[in-house]
Amino acid sequence: MQRIGVFVCHCGSNIAATVDVKKVVEMAAREPGVVHAEDYQYMCSEAGQAKIAAAIAEKKLTGIVVCSCSPRMHEATFRKCAERAGLNPYMVEIANIREHCSWIHKNMEEATEKAVILARAAIAKVNLNAPLKPGESRVTKRALVIGGGIAGIQSALDIADAGYEVDIVEKTPSIGGRMAQLDKTFPTLDCSACILTPKMVEAAAHEKINIYTYSEVEKISGFVGDFTVDIRKKARSIDANKCTGCGACQEKCPSKKSLSEFNRGLNTRSAIYTPFAQAIPNVPVIDREACIKFKTGKCGICSKVCAAGAVDYEQKDEIFTEKYGAIVVATGFDTIKLDKYDEYAYNQSKDVITSLELERVMNAAGPTKGHLERLSDGKHPEHIVFVQCVGSRCSDERGKPYCSKICCMYTAKHAMLIRDKYPDVKVTVFYIDVRTPGKNFDEFYRRAVEEYGVNYIKGQVGKVAPQPDGSLLVQASDLLDNKQIKMKADMVVLATAIEPDPSVRPLATMLTASIDTNNFLTEAHPKLRPVESPTAGIFLSGVCQGPKDIPETVAQAGAAAVKAIGLLAKDKLTTNPCTAKADELLCNGCSTCANVCPYGAISYEVKLINDHGVREDRRIAVVNNALCQGCGACTVACPSGAMDLQGFSNRQIIAEVDAICR
Amino acid sequence: MPLNEKTGEFTPKIVAFCCNWCSYAGADLAGSSRLAYPAEVKIIRVPCSCRVNPMFILRAFEKGADGVILCGCHPGDCHYSTGNYYARRRMTLLFSMLDYIGVEKGRTRVEWVSAAEGVKFSTTMNEFAAKIHELGPNVRLEDLRCKN
Amino acid sequence: MQELINRAKELLADGTVVRVLGWRKGDMDYNPEVAYFNSAEELDNFVYDGFCGANLSKYMIEASKLEGKTLVFLKPCDTYSFNQLLCEHRVDRDKAYIIGVGCRGKLDIEKVKAQGISGITAVSGTELDGPDSIKVSTIYGDFDVAYTDAMLERCHVCKGKEHKIYDELIGESKDTHDMDRMAAVAAIEAMSPTEKFAYFQAELSKCIRCNACRNVCPACSCRKCVFDSTKFDSQQKANVDSFEEKMFHIIRAFHVAGRCTDCGECSRVCPQGIPLHLFNRKFIKDIDELYGKYQAGETADQRAPLVNFTFGDAEPSIVNERGSK
Repeated sequence: MQRIGVFVCHCGSNIAATVDVKKVVEMAAREPGVVHAEDYQYMCSEAGQAKIAAAIAEKKLTGIVVCSCSPRMHEATFRKCAERAGLNPYMVEIANIREHCSWIHKNMEEATEKAVILARAAIAKVNLNAPLKPGESRVTKRALVIGGGIAGIQSALDIADAGYEVDIVEKTPSIGGRMAQLDKTFPTLDCSACILTPKMVEAAAHEKINIYTYSEVEKISGFVGDFTVDIRKKARSIDANKCTGCGACQEKCPSKKSLSEFNRGLNTRSAIYTPFAQAIPNVPVIDREACIKFKTGKCGICSKVCAAGAVDYEQKDEIFTEKYGAIVVATGFDTIKLDKYDEYAYNQSKDVITSLELERVMNAAGPTKGHLERLSDGKHPEHIVFVQCVGSRCSDERGKPYCSKICCMYTAKHAMLIRDKYPDVKVTVFYIDVRTPGKNFDEFYRRAVEEYGVNYIKGQVGKVAPQPDGSLLVQASDLLDNKQIKMKADMVVLATAIEPDPSVRPLATMLTASIDTNNFLTEAHPKLRPVESPTAGIFLSGVCQGPKDIPETVAQAGAAAVKAIGLLAKDKLTTNPCTAKADELLCNGCSTCANVCPYGAISYEVKLINDHGVREDRRIAVVNNALCQGCGACTVACPSGAMDLQGFSNRQIIAEVDAICR
Repeated sequence: MPLNEKTGEFTPKIVAFCCNWCSYAGADLAGSSRLAYPAEVKIIRVPCSCRVNPMFILRAFEKGADGVILCGCHPGDCHYSTGNYYARRRMTLLFSMLDYIGVEKGRTRVEWVSAAEGVKFSTTMNEFAAKIHELGPNVRLEDLRCKN
Repeated sequence: MQELINRAKELLADGTVVRVLGWRKGDMDYNPEVAYFNSAEELDNFVYDGFCGANLSKYMIEASKLEGKTLVFLKPCDTYSFNQLLCEHRVDRDKAYIIGVGCRGKLDIEKVKAQGISGITAVSGTELDGPDSIKVSTIYGDFDVAYTDAMLERCHVCKGKEHKIYDELIGESKDTHDMDRMAAVAAIEAMSPTEKFAYFQAELSKCIRCNACRNVCPACSCRKCVFDSTKFDSQQKANVDSFEEKMFHIIRAFHVAGRCTDCGECSRVCPQGIPLHLFNRKFIKDIDELYGKYQAGETADQRAPLVNFTFGDAEPSIVNERGSK
């Protein structure tokens, strides 16, 4: 029989205001096995933990139940406390009477009754707990960073600087990501390329960093400390070791009609191309869809002009396998598609562009060489209208429910830069709210209004209509003056919502990392573990976790790196002891369990079994504790019930069911 | 029959099995967001929806539960990659069998609730509890010996 | 029958097998029993006729542990069970010499009795090459009963005359399929919940929990059944109430779901005449309709539907649409 102690936490008034904690103590004390029950203001505090430790020693407790907040919050705390007091940490069960009880119920009687039942279930379970001992697994001292934007580059640099090998996998032909496409950055107006490219070069030159561009993660298996990843290096059609980056091939390539991805489709590029001048690596790729040689078999000009003989039409995709201890996800974002926003005439008029397209227009290396001009006729605009929240904070299916966070600031930046360079251009901004929480952000926005005379109108644009004379008629409501406005504009810039890069969805599935309804990766805890995925060994860097600007991205990238370094610095990890275990006397050796195991953790061996005096060789399932992650799929598949899950055994769960239904 | 001693109203017993990674966290989020649902719902934490043996569900009914709901990660998002796919087949067949022997089909339910879906968790539990109230006490599967 | 005995004697004599697993005469013509034969002399008691319905596959679990090969006679439908056991590593192919025996459907004495015939003293004409009707002798005189009218339910939904696994074949088989296998399940599905409940209540209340269904079932082959194990707090005990009857049969059927070949042994041996196969067939019907046609034991290397999935599987809520109105 266990000797169980029950500890009921008030959590200040979080629990005690709705649950009669004294009553819970009184009722718990009557349960079988309970020899001690008490309540305290804050069980997780040092004084609270001291009470638990004292009771374990004095009452010779063999198991404890803490009625408190979610086990996801403090199970680890109380397990450590028990361990320090000499109790096996797996003899601790938590009754979640805060998140699952006091916080959602208002009626004290009802909430107290439920808390008593939850305590009872935990007591019933701990009565059947057995001490468990964690195993150990090794750590591969190498990190994988998925995504080569500023987030990925920063994480990789930080991990590499700590002395660990890092591989960056980037799906496009160059690292740099979205930041490489930006012209200036707020609120300091630094040139984006000037601050990014040195980091790109540093990453490329770092002896601990390997960069795989034009590559994608194909398959991920394993677990924290020991991931096995298949990476597909797409055929570049260029031998990177031979290419000198002279650019002759791109100049001579006769197929020049492909839309430039880097310039957001505003101009064209050749079939053999490097996305931008500062690309790293400075090695072109052949777009096989556009290449005449690949389409017709004739041409081959690039090969002829290449003095280094680097062009290789026969090159094939290569898949290689690498082991990693930690994975940093930095897959970034894209702007949403505007197909469903016909009212803004984005598809109808070349002069309606997204803000990211405007970045390219403003950039000296962009399609207009940095001249602000209408893309339809090259004319200098007289009036530019900016529309904020296009698809952000949207209540219908067309857009996103969240705030994209960066739009207010970059719109202020665009407005200011235009007014600064072209004082003759009138700039109007339609906004719902202007959100500027950040260092020097509000000052920056006020400068746009006060110093640069940008016309901010609180209101929504209902329609942008292209006019026969080439101008755009903007119809909007002015919410402050409560009137409808019509104004002529030469260009309209849409502050388009950002969304996680679509590649993150299949990646999350491969990583078994959780993802929210907007396809942002979920953090382990929104406040306390914001850069870790709930899946151990997976860290989140940049916009894949939620909308962010550059300084936040860089900060988070560094934090993710530190977490990864903390993991890589360990030689061994303790493994979860809640693994499956087969009862040798019951096992049929039927292989059903191995069929459902996602980790290949179950094998079979023929073993001499002594079944109550009958000795025979039997085929028996054996679980590899280092591989088993404790999902329990096998326990249900097992026809005889031989397979059970330690810590969540059949009898334990049944005891909880019985206690709840009693 | 689980009647409230004071009001004489039917207060059902509802067991909710929640996977540790998504739905239990979703329930925590419902809690921290103060999204109420009836106290009749009691949650049992399991590592994964695939840990739930059909025998647990039958056991709950045997011991007098009026409704049993299983919540797990959305298909494709299972922490263990594939657990919820097995759970999905097992529960489909079990529920179909219960329907086949004449148990009211609203007494069992599977819902996929992610860690970010506190609202969905709360809404689901409210709906499910309402359904059980509508169905009334579980008499067809109840083991009367277990009652006093 | 003599051909089977002769061949068995040859195989014993040349050392191919060391024992024979078959049927021997029972105390009545209609209840032959399963038996081992260790010598040519013992084989004189061997019998194979229309009443030899017992599926010998499950006996091969124990026979696989014995020294030497065992000659086993399997009817076409029994070979599915053998394959399934092979798939689950419960029998050893190298320990079995399988003679696929011919079958023209197996008989059910209860079907004869149901025709109002009682006081039965002998039954003849049930051999594989016998006539189209069997002769039933009773203390009240002789009766002729058409062979098909005396057949087991499972033979009316015969899976076919093909043996799925064997070393040699002796005797012609016949596909006796003449009824819709799922008709009875569909009829229950069409009932209202109250009618369904009443139907199963009436059937299952007859259960005396003798465990014959479990013990005969080739899929219920666990070393120790969960109903005998302390692992689930579900130890075997006499039924006290209707829930336990239901619980037992649902769990039993669920445990073999996807592995049950629909051999029909459970219903054949039930002393209370409960149509237990209706549970198993419900699972088979659901599996076929939801996850694609699947026949357990078709081959020894297929993946059972409950240890398999597709990304697009139906959600459990499909029961709301498909189930009772």
